[in-house]
Amino acid sequence: MGKVTPRSPRAIRIAALAICGGVGAFLARAVLAIPETEPGLAPLVAANLEASGVKNAVTAVLLNFRGYDTLLEIAVLMLATIGVLSLSVTQSGTWDPIAVRADPVLSALTRFLAPIMILVSGYLLWAGEHAPGGAFQAGSVLGAAGVLLALSGYARPAWLSRFALRAAISVGFIVFLAVAIGEMIAGGLLLEYPADLAKTLMLLVETWLTVSIGAILVSLFIASASPAEELRMRSGGDR
Amino acid sequence: MSQTDLYTLAGAALFIIGLYGLMTRPHLLHKVLALNISSAGVFFVLVGIARRVPGTTPDPLPHAMVLTGIVVTVSSTAFALALAKRIYSETGIAALDASDVDAEENAGG
Repeated sequence: MGKVTPRSPRAIRIAALAICGGVGAFLARAVLAIPETEPGLAPLVAANLEASGVKNAVTAVLLNFRGYDTLLEIAVLMLATIGVLSLSVTQSGTWDPIAVRADPVLSALTRFLAPIMILVSGYLLWAGEHAPGGAFQAGSVLGAAGVLLALSGYARPAWLSRFALRAAISVGFIVFLAVAIGEMIAGGLLLEYPADLAKTLMLLVETWLTVSIGAILVSLFIASASPAEELRMRSGGDR
Repeated sequence: MSQTDLYTLAGAALFIIGLYGLMTRPHLLHKVLALNISSAGVFFVLVGIARRVPGTTPDPLPHAMVLTGIVVTVSSTAFALALAKRIYSETGIAALDASDVDAEENAGG
C-alpha cells in the first residue's frame, strides 16, 4: 500500500492559507453588507400563500413559487444515483443485505420500527401541506427505513425487482416533469399550476417525490457500502 | 455586531475551514468531508439571513433553499464517495498525489 502523506508540503499550505485569507476577507465583507433588518421575500410569500394551494410557506416555495429548483434538484439526485450505480464495482442496484447475520434483537426492533417509519413518512408527506414536512422529509424517513432494513440483514423483498427499484428512483423526476410540461400544454407557463388544481397536483408530485427520494437514498447507501470494499478501504489509505 | 452578523460570519468561517481542508488535504475522504463543512457554512449563512427582523416569521425562501441544498449535498457526497472508492479500487490509493501514485506503480512493478 502506498503511504499517503496526511498533509501537503509547507509551501502549498502557506499558499492555501493566503487564498483562504483573501476569500475569507471577501466573504466577511459580503455577509456584513447584507441589509440587517430586511424581511427578505417573506412578505411576498405571505401575500401569495393563499394562491399557492398549500398553507405551509416552505412547501409553497419548494413546490410552487420556486418549483424549478425542486425539479432540478430531483434531477440532480437521480443523476447522482445513476452515477453511483454506474461506478459501483460490484453488481450495483441489487439490494443484498449488508449485515448477513444480524443480531436477533436488532431484527426484532427493525420489524417493529420499519412499519412505524413508513407511517411517519406518510404523515410527514401529508403534514407538509400546512406544517413543517413535505416530500423531502418524508423521503428521508422512508430512505432511513430502507437503510435500517438492509443493515439489519433483511434482503430486498421479492416484489421489489431491480427494475422496480430503478423505476422508483426515476419516477419522481418523470412525474414532476410531466406535470410541468402538462401545465405548459394547458396554456400556462412552466410549473404554473392552475389555481383550482394546484393542491392536487402538488400532492401528486410530492407523493412520487417521496417514493423517489426514499429509493434514491437507499440505493446510494447500498451501492456505496459493500463490506469487502470497506475493509480494503480501511486497511489502506493513510495513517 | 448583530445576531445576523454573528451567524453569517460563523457561516463564512466554516466555509473557509472547508476550503482550506479541500486545498491542503490530499486524501480524497478528507476532501469530501471538507466540501461538506463548506456546504454547512453556506447553509448557516442562509438560515442566518432568513430571520433578520426579530419577532416576525422567518423568510421561507432561504429555508427552502437550504432544504434543497441538504439533499443535493447528500447526493453529491454519495457520488464523490463512489468516485473515491472507484479510484481506490483502480489505483490502490485514495488520494490525489501524483508522486504517491508513481511510487506505488514502481513498487508494484
